[in-house]
Amino acid sequence: MIDSSLRALSDKLAAREISSVELTRAYLARIDAHNAAVNAYITVDPEASLAQAEAADKRIAKGEAQPLTGIPIAHKDIWCARDWRTTCGSRMLENFRAPYDAHVIQRFNDSGAVNLGKTNMDEFAMGSSNETSWFGPVRNPWDQQRVPGGSSGGSAAAVAAAMAPAATGTDTGGSIRQPASLCGISGLKPTYGLVSRYGMIAFASSLDQGGPLARSAEDLALLLDVMVGFDPRDSTSLERPEEDYSRMLDAPLSGLRIGLPREYFSEGISDEVRAAVETAIGEYRKLGATTVEVGLPASELSVPAYYVIAPAEASSNLSRYDGVRYGFRAEEYTDLLDMYCKTRAQGFGAEVKRRILIGTYVLSHGYYDAYYLKAQKIRRLIARDFAQAFEQCDVIMSPTSPSTAFGIGDRTTDPVQMYLSDIFTIAANLAGLPGMSIPCGIDSAGLPIGLQLIGNYFSEARMLNAAHLFQTNTDWHTRKSPVAAS
Amino acid sequence: MDWEIVIGLETHAQLSTRSKIFSGASTDFGSTPNTQACAVDIALPGVLPVLNVDAVDKAVRFGIAVGATVNRRSVFARKNYFYPDLPKGYQISQFEIPVVEGGQLVIQTGGVEKTVHLTRAHLEEDAGKSLHEDYQGMTGIDLNRAGTPLLEIVTEPDMRSAEEAVEYAKTLHALVRWIDICDGNMQEGSFRCDANVSVRKKGSDQLGTRREIKNLNSFRFLQQAIEYEAQWQIEQIEDGGRIVQATVLFDPDSGQTRLMRTKEDAHDYRYFPDPDLLPLEIDDAWLERTRQNMPELPVARRQRYQTELGLSDQDAVLLVSDRDTADYFEATLSKVEGNDRRAAAKLTANWINGELAAALNRAELELQASPVSAAALAGLVSRVIDKTLSSKLAKDVFEGLWKGEGSADEIIDKRGLRQISDSGAIEKLVDDVIAANEQQVADYLGGKQKAFNALVGQVMKASKGKANPAQVNQILKQKLDKS
Repeated sequence: MIDSSLRALSDKLAAREISSVELTRAYLARIDAHNAAVNAYITVDPEASLAQAEAADKRIAKGEAQPLTGIPIAHKDIWCARDWRTTCGSRMLENFRAPYDAHVIQRFNDSGAVNLGKTNMDEFAMGSSNETSWFGPVRNPWDQQRVPGGSSGGSAAAVAAAMAPAATGTDTGGSIRQPASLCGISGLKPTYGLVSRYGMIAFASSLDQGGPLARSAEDLALLLDVMVGFDPRDSTSLERPEEDYSRMLDAPLSGLRIGLPREYFSEGISDEVRAAVETAIGEYRKLGATTVEVGLPASELSVPAYYVIAPAEASSNLSRYDGVRYGFRAEEYTDLLDMYCKTRAQGFGAEVKRRILIGTYVLSHGYYDAYYLKAQKIRRLIARDFAQAFEQCDVIMSPTSPSTAFGIGDRTTDPVQMYLSDIFTIAANLAGLPGMSIPCGIDSAGLPIGLQLIGNYFSEARMLNAAHLFQTNTDWHTRKSPVAAS
Repeated sequence: MDWEIVIGLETHAQLSTRSKIFSGASTDFGSTPNTQACAVDIALPGVLPVLNVDAVDKAVRFGIAVGATVNRRSVFARKNYFYPDLPKGYQISQFEIPVVEGGQLVIQTGGVEKTVHLTRAHLEEDAGKSLHEDYQGMTGIDLNRAGTPLLEIVTEPDMRSAEEAVEYAKTLHALVRWIDICDGNMQEGSFRCDANVSVRKKGSDQLGTRREIKNLNSFRFLQQAIEYEAQWQIEQIEDGGRIVQATVLFDPDSGQTRLMRTKEDAHDYRYFPDPDLLPLEIDDAWLERTRQNMPELPVARRQRYQTELGLSDQDAVLLVSDRDTADYFEATLSKVEGNDRRAAAKLTANWINGELAAALNRAELELQASPVSAAALAGLVSRVIDKTLSSKLAKDVFEGLWKGEGSADEIIDKRGLRQISDSGAIEKLVDDVIAANEQQVADYLGGKQKAFNALVGQVMKASKGKANPAQVNQILKQKLDKS
């Protein structure tokens, strides 16, 4: 049961072979057994989850089930869920209970899915290793001395440890794809604007995009059907005809043109990652795809541009955490300014403070043009590169991350080294393009390797098709982490 | 030495939308604190702003009314600063590209017209309120006002006296009410001004260093604050000092301005485009639709009243001082009987600007609350035009209308005020008076003109004031001269 795909679980629930309560209990038991080691969840509330499961069982009994009715899903603790503690991985919101549901949570609730718990994450989604969480680092289920990636590290680890069949995440610079890669699962960041940001705690508004993490592309498609949808409460939400993301999963790949950006296969990639990705591309050729080299020359500027734009937006987005209305407030202070300073000094962790400082600096009078405006120009250049590339190809492939999971503590003293973990994923966010990571190998240390797919705007169904056929012909996505196997 | 005062105004007009500029919460004034602040207004984690199209429409109306450029694409920006009544830690405003640019307003001071040029008008949200009283050592925060839509209207430094600044503010105040974008309630803060004041030697074309007086919420304070500030600056310079750019507050109790902060400790607001909001696009169709829905503007109406209806400049200016008055005038005039429309307009204007305005003033009522409707006043004016009423009797009828005694005709009948214009009836009254006042008749015939007036008075008295005075004069004269 624990190993079944979402489709199989859905069928078993519909056939009344299992109940949602049984399924939910099974996952709660796995969380109970392994969360102390993995630390994938910040909050579990068995009572609330089981109440939803019971309601789902009734709904199934009435014959009113939808595909995800009764299926437990873990949610990154960045989504506001009514009456659930919603911390965003920060001391600042350690005791914050959201009084409302995010659009995505509401859509899962409406579909009858069960909220299995809130997963650990880098504080305010700022990090690539899940080490910046106020609630402690998440440990990679493949090797507990290593990071799971970030910032959706809790979600990725929960799925990789079979502590959830699937999870939601958010991706601002790679925060779904990089942890999916490091944890050997599949993850998708949709086109910017497809998934409402309403109720998703903002990091960098122009880059943030919610998406699913699961064991297979097939599962991702089912999750995407629920997550995508127009929301008038988010002005950047796109109004598009409804899609069935599973509709072309099995379409043949003959004629698929794969673009290989030469800049993404240069120095800095580990040999084993390169070899695995090249083997995967070989597999695609066997499936009828052709490859073409493309150029993304501006992408070498994507990390510096990102580390101007994202902190700039974050410095403003995080101003609301001031101790005045909700959240953490320092216990002792002398006046208003002192209250602000102590509250924010004690409530935020080091990485968040670093980015607020960077963001404040680049928006300051006299620096705005040199940093913020220039970064926006680079952003347009990057989008133009992709537009040109997609004239020659249908999907771009590359490694998701230059290396496999690194050790806990290895990169915490060198922020730049940490930022380079996202060197291949950031450009898709800057351009607003959909990106995906699927497992494509295991290195000599037994750690998973991820293949990144970047598609043109709104090409999610085609990307899922490409990923699904790869997974139909390989078994990397079925490999189990030691924790999942135990 | 002769000094020139240079003034530019920034006015915050609260747009009279039902809901806030970026949320669905109500904008009603005076509710229990924090009952009109939704998740968006209190800036809960994860909430997002959605622009209220009605606020944009009102900004567009303003742009059209002042002949400005309405930008087809404008951008909302975040103005970042920390304050407890600013829930997000930033105010959503417009910075580089505002919705309205340019435009002008014509003002009149001392019978002289002057054009005040506008720099821009931009949309933004209001902050909440910090309440320092009643909270010993603490501050209360009321976020009901947070997110209320504002149009900030900025002028060029075109004004040269406190009087001009006040006249501009009054003209603007009348205009925003006229085009129905702001209720203009200054006590409630719906219309408040910041004044940038500097002084320079007469003849200089260099601007002096300015100081900005914040948050003036009455025309009187605006006048007092500018006068005090300008005098203060002149004295500083004449005493060998210099002006430091600063923001100051006006204290109505002392009548003085005092320093709030200098430029050195001014905030760096770190403006940048708000990534939660798309650029505001206004297409031709929107502009055209709004143009079609615009009321006739005060300047156009004034001209029409003068050229088509022959009203005096003074009458026309008074009638267009606000839209309620102008509309009331037109509603009244449309119901006044009589073929001479110019005469009807003149008389209607006299009644509105005279008797009605005085009565409203005594009762401290707005025109909208007038007990005398336009139709009722038209009934009265019609009876004056057809000479049923003398002007004296008309005042009695007006009093009846004010007290709600019915229509003009009903009051005339009820009170028996119909003017006696029947020659036979007047002749009889005259005959009686002549018979009863031999001495005065003799005095008149002896050449005393005064005696004639006394006899007229006797006739009017006998008629209880209802006799047509012109006819009384004529008939009395005829009869006396014959005798």
